[in-house]
Amino acid sequence: MQKDFRLEWRQRAALNGMLLYVSSTVFVCYLSFSSRGGQLPAPAWNALFWIVLLFSAVNAVAKGFLQESRGRMLYYYTVVRPQAVILAKIAYNALLLLGLALVALLLYSVVLGNPVQNGPLFVGNVLLGAVGFASTLTLVSGIAAKATNSSTLMAVLGFPLMVPMLLLLIKVSKNALDGLEFEASRSALLTLVALNLIVGAVSYLLFPFLWRS
Amino acid sequence: MKKNWWKALSVVLLLYVAVAGLLMPVPRLAILNETIRNLYFHVPMWFGMTFILVASVYYSVRYLRTPTPALDIRAHEAARTGILMGFVGLATGSIWAKYTWGEWWTNDPKLNGAAIAMLIYGAYLVLRSSFTDEQQRARVSAIYNIFAFATAMPLFYILPRLTDSLHPGAGGNPAFAKYDLDSNMRLVFYPAVIGWTLLAFWLAQLASRVSLLKLKVYEKQIA
Repeated sequence: MQKDFRLEWRQRAALNGMLLYVSSTVFVCYLSFSSRGGQLPAPAWNALFWIVLLFSAVNAVAKGFLQESRGRMLYYYTVVRPQAVILAKIAYNALLLLGLALVALLLYSVVLGNPVQNGPLFVGNVLLGAVGFASTLTLVSGIAAKATNSSTLMAVLGFPLMVPMLLLLIKVSKNALDGLEFEASRSALLTLVALNLIVGAVSYLLFPFLWRS
Repeated sequence: MKKNWWKALSVVLLLYVAVAGLLMPVPRLAILNETIRNLYFHVPMWFGMTFILVASVYYSVRYLRTPTPALDIRAHEAARTGILMGFVGLATGSIWAKYTWGEWWTNDPKLNGAAIAMLIYGAYLVLRSSFTDEQQRARVSAIYNIFAFATAMPLFYILPRLTDSLHPGAGGNPAFAKYDLDSNMRLVFYPAVIGWTLLAFWLAQLASRVSLLKLKVYEKQIA
């Protein structure tokens, strides 16, 4: 599995592109709100942040399977178990999204201000979000890669599936913004962890079937 | 008759629900008034939808174990019936909301969850239509169906309980078992749930028979 991970890591050519994508999105947000003096109310700040993350996640993860050539897929197929492939892809995507999210957060707070009052909770929430997005979208991109109009399908399949997670994430990060104590968001965080586990387990079980075709 | 007793049961129960649901005495509650009778039509839709979607997932799992076209068709038609039940549930709920909460659509977690779940299953139909190869379509859509079920069900049964909702049983509102479902209403409500669920299974069965026949005719034409 570690070897597989390294294989993933080697083809990180898209990484710089993704970084640029995130920074330009953040900058577009900044410019669109500059007419209000660049100051956003906290709920709008929160919503905008997660929307930026959502779109960059879909774009980043979509590359995972869509850019994979047929020959390389065949090579993986002969070398490793499918479970190892999906776990490695999820782990790689989670790290990628986490990196992107942190960069986005940094840029975002530079240009739009940082109203977060409970920093650790917010970052922990972003971490959970990255893992959740990665495990949902990795399987979806695998599914979409099989179909004909895959880039549209990626968005159509991915967005609604991510909504339950997104609702919880926005709720927790709202709590973090308002500086509420940890207890207030504990049940939401636990549900988030459970949801991540469910999605991860289902991906793990289903991927071998997808892989075979 | 031995095999079809449940269809007869469904018809009898639904006739009973239609008559008794509209005529039997109901508790007089403020705001709800007579619209409480919608309980017999709106709530069973969601029960029926959940059961039929469970059936759809069951067929999808069986398809992944032993791929046959019949299992794929059953899973597909069950999911489509589930979508139909969901839409009727949304429509009846919307009418009910207009008369009790004053709006066709309120920003309620259950409503939004149901709408998103409909989007998820709409994506299932889009996914099915974007394949040309039949076997691949069947396999990939079975995978998506299981995945979609795993992510859509929290929308219905977990998230609304975490947030405030206008629906009973959420955000500290007592569930209907506590106050407004008196024993008279139970007499109609439980048969309604069973009747609508059976009707959903009946619809799915008929639809899959039609699809299977179409497949057979098609195969004959090709041969």
